[in-house]
Amino acid sequence: MKIVYSDSLVIGGGLAGLRAAIATRQRGLDTIVLSLIPAKRSHSAAAQGGMQASLAAVVKGEGDNEDVHFADTVRGSDWGCDQNVARMFVNTAPKAVRQLTVWGVPWSRVRKGPRQVVINAERVTIVEKDESHGLISGRDFGGTKKWRTCFTADGTGHAMLYAMDNKAIECEIPIHERKEALALIHDGTTCYGAVVRDLITGELIAYVAKATTIATGGYGRLYAITTNAVISDGMGCAIALDTGVAPLGNMEAVQFHPTAIVPAGILTTEGCRGDGGLLKDVDGYRFMPDYEPDKKELASRDVVSRRMTEHIRKGKGVPSPYGAHLWLDITLLGKQHIEKNLREVKEICQYFLGINPVKDWIPVRPTQHYSMGGVRTKPNGESPALRGLFAVGEAACWDMHGFNRLGGNSVAETVVAGMIVGEHIADYCDGASLDIPTSMVRAAVDREEAGITGLIDRTSGNDVYELKNAMQEIMMDKVGIFRNGKDLEKAVEELRSLVVRSRTIAIKNKARSSNPELVEALRTPKMIKLALCVAYGALKRTESRGAHSREDYPERNDRDWLNRTLAYWKSEKDDLPALEYERLDVMKMELPPGSRGYGDARIIPHPDTEKRVREIEEIKKSTPEADRFELQRSLMPYDVPKGYRNKNERVGVGDK
Amino acid sequence: MTNNDHGRILKFHIFRFNPQTPGDKPRMQTFEIEEIPQMTIFIAVNQIREKIDRTLQFDFVCRAGICGSCGMIINGKPNLGCRTLTSTFKKPDITLMPLPGFELIGDLSVNTGKFNRALAERIQTWIHDQEAENRDISRLEERMDPGLAEEIYELDRCIECGCCISACGTKRMRPDFLGAMGFMKIARFELDPRDKRDVTEWYEVVGNDEGVFGCMSLMGCEDFCPKDLPHQTKIAYIRRKMIGAALAKK
Repeated sequence: MKIVYSDSLVIGGGLAGLRAAIATRQRGLDTIVLSLIPAKRSHSAAAQGGMQASLAAVVKGEGDNEDVHFADTVRGSDWGCDQNVARMFVNTAPKAVRQLTVWGVPWSRVRKGPRQVVINAERVTIVEKDESHGLISGRDFGGTKKWRTCFTADGTGHAMLYAMDNKAIECEIPIHERKEALALIHDGTTCYGAVVRDLITGELIAYVAKATTIATGGYGRLYAITTNAVISDGMGCAIALDTGVAPLGNMEAVQFHPTAIVPAGILTTEGCRGDGGLLKDVDGYRFMPDYEPDKKELASRDVVSRRMTEHIRKGKGVPSPYGAHLWLDITLLGKQHIEKNLREVKEICQYFLGINPVKDWIPVRPTQHYSMGGVRTKPNGESPALRGLFAVGEAACWDMHGFNRLGGNSVAETVVAGMIVGEHIADYCDGASLDIPTSMVRAAVDREEAGITGLIDRTSGNDVYELKNAMQEIMMDKVGIFRNGKDLEKAVEELRSLVVRSRTIAIKNKARSSNPELVEALRTPKMIKLALCVAYGALKRTESRGAHSREDYPERNDRDWLNRTLAYWKSEKDDLPALEYERLDVMKMELPPGSRGYGDARIIPHPDTEKRVREIEEIKKSTPEADRFELQRSLMPYDVPKGYRNKNERVGVGDK
Repeated sequence: MTNNDHGRILKFHIFRFNPQTPGDKPRMQTFEIEEIPQMTIFIAVNQIREKIDRTLQFDFVCRAGICGSCGMIINGKPNLGCRTLTSTFKKPDITLMPLPGFELIGDLSVNTGKFNRALAERIQTWIHDQEAENRDISRLEERMDPGLAEEIYELDRCIECGCCISACGTKRMRPDFLGAMGFMKIARFELDPRDKRDVTEWYEVVGNDEGVFGCMSLMGCEDFCPKDLPHQTKIAYIRRKMIGAALAKK
């Protein structure tokens, strides 16, 4: 049995995993990153539009600060997020952007003087301040009060990931590529690493570590059509779920991005609309102002996606062999702007659609995009149930996104969580000793070995692709943008039968070494379990919150549902997850539940809300001298690791 | 085209060889599938694997032309499989080969990751600045000219797909040749004022026959770069710069 020891084992080489690995390495810990693929190919690279941080250097960002970013994030989450974590996040995001500057990201910079932009379909001239010249720029994104999204053209994720991976190489962090974690090694209370399969040789290797961090991204591939990379299949979440003790949080919170191209499902960035692009229907009519007169195309993603779907249902979609779609019109931005700031979009249109967005409209529709749910963690990034198990980035439910993530807050989360949680992982490693009996490691490896042998030896059984396709269709048809009890019940029932069928998969390719069918056969049963966590969580949550929208329960019900879903898979014999709920305490919120300011949202209030609002007013009245930092502390104290506590400087206002 | 139309039958001639299978020998294998509208090589080979041959190996990640995983030789030319539409080929015969110049994992899958990490270590593709870790990240960032930031990003757009390496005649003759990918990275960091390496340090890395002086200027890199990076200009620029450095040395 091959055993590889380290202090800090990170599963996943995207932005979050690499940043956490750099943190533990810089603390002098022996750190290893496992990745399915070369790290620079991770799905983080696909983030086009940008990273939110309240630097406030552009004139349209004036007045921005942590407080404004915090309020946007909490509203965006439909009050489902952990406000404590959101505070940690908004405080650290500017530092993350600035650190990445030092590490080489060529952020787009402010140029002083007048420039033309498109706002609400009109060309207007804005004038950037002299003192901001050369500082990091910001663009407009959905659901934000200020222009806050830092970017490098529309290749932000690429530039960030390259800088991050290069930093990891500088730190001499070994990245073990083409390795897949099949299971966590644990004793029910502590996690000790993972059983890992080499995707080339097929060898099973035990990676034993003090701390194990899951950074495997989202679970978009549970859906047949998604903007996500083919590796975004939620395996990190699945191996946590398989422990039987670690819970997944809010798995039903699944985001649909308004503008993926039809039919390929490839993303065109929110920057298209942020920079002034419009949505149009079959008649060429701009319909969003009718639904959302205030924010129009730049309402939160969940809202825009629902409005588009509503509009298509009214018969206003553009018919195509792949179903109805709408148009994204960026022609008004002009050739120069598109070729400089939206060139990935231009390339995608050119290669996948054969059109030129400088003059042609882009066929788009809402498509699965982001997983708010994931491995539930405490604010320090550790699982509440398994010591030594951490999670960061999209794989985690940390939980700063609640039921809807704002555009530009995901790459921001990856880096910020990597910074903050990375320090906590290092603290944990410093205090932990590695005393694990070899027999426990042996047992974990043997179990996986037996599973693989079982798959290879089975001569007849279910076809893995058939099961996977069936699962993806169920999720598309019945667990999509709009949900209802009847469809969800059917989805749960069908997925339960798939869980049972997935126990008897037979494969045709019997190789133990590199074997794509075996890889599918190992992943698909896990994916079906995750799909059930999503569908069952959605069925039980009888309200509408953020991206979880129930046609039969259209109101946001704070009275009964201001909580976080926790899903457990307690026994391998189960065909359903066990759900528990973690209450969100209104009395501890800095920003008590309120309206997000969109169209026809109805709310059943929580009994504590009014009380907390009054309490906050009292606190404000009783401390009229307090500055915004002191006031914030008195409303909801929070903490971040030592290195990240300083106030963030902004041009023109200093530390205020 | 509507759903009812039948597409043409495509014949995929695919290189097959699995070094993990004892006794396996390289060969070509032909698969026939029906073309569907907007079919890409990504869609096609996945269909072949699902419907015809479960052993077929290839690499895709983003399937959107962003991540650089799927470089392969398509009808004789290096390109990204994910964004190549089958409809771009007039004849129904499509030949797929793995990228040459990289270690073969199996069939169309090659180990670009190993190559790219070694390249990154060789030319140290990170900002060299002794002060970097002492910068206070709660203070205003160092300013940069907006035009310069855009220029750096232009050169930072390489996705390490390996098409330039496979298209390079020099690389075939000199296994240690840095190749266009390496030159582009040098150009990127040399341009970046945050990187404090000076020209003599660059000379040590690139001022030799394994570096920029080995280039025979065949410009396969320029012809086949899926991101249209300015290889020719940048190789010429580095060469000039290195000649300057060499003369200064004397």
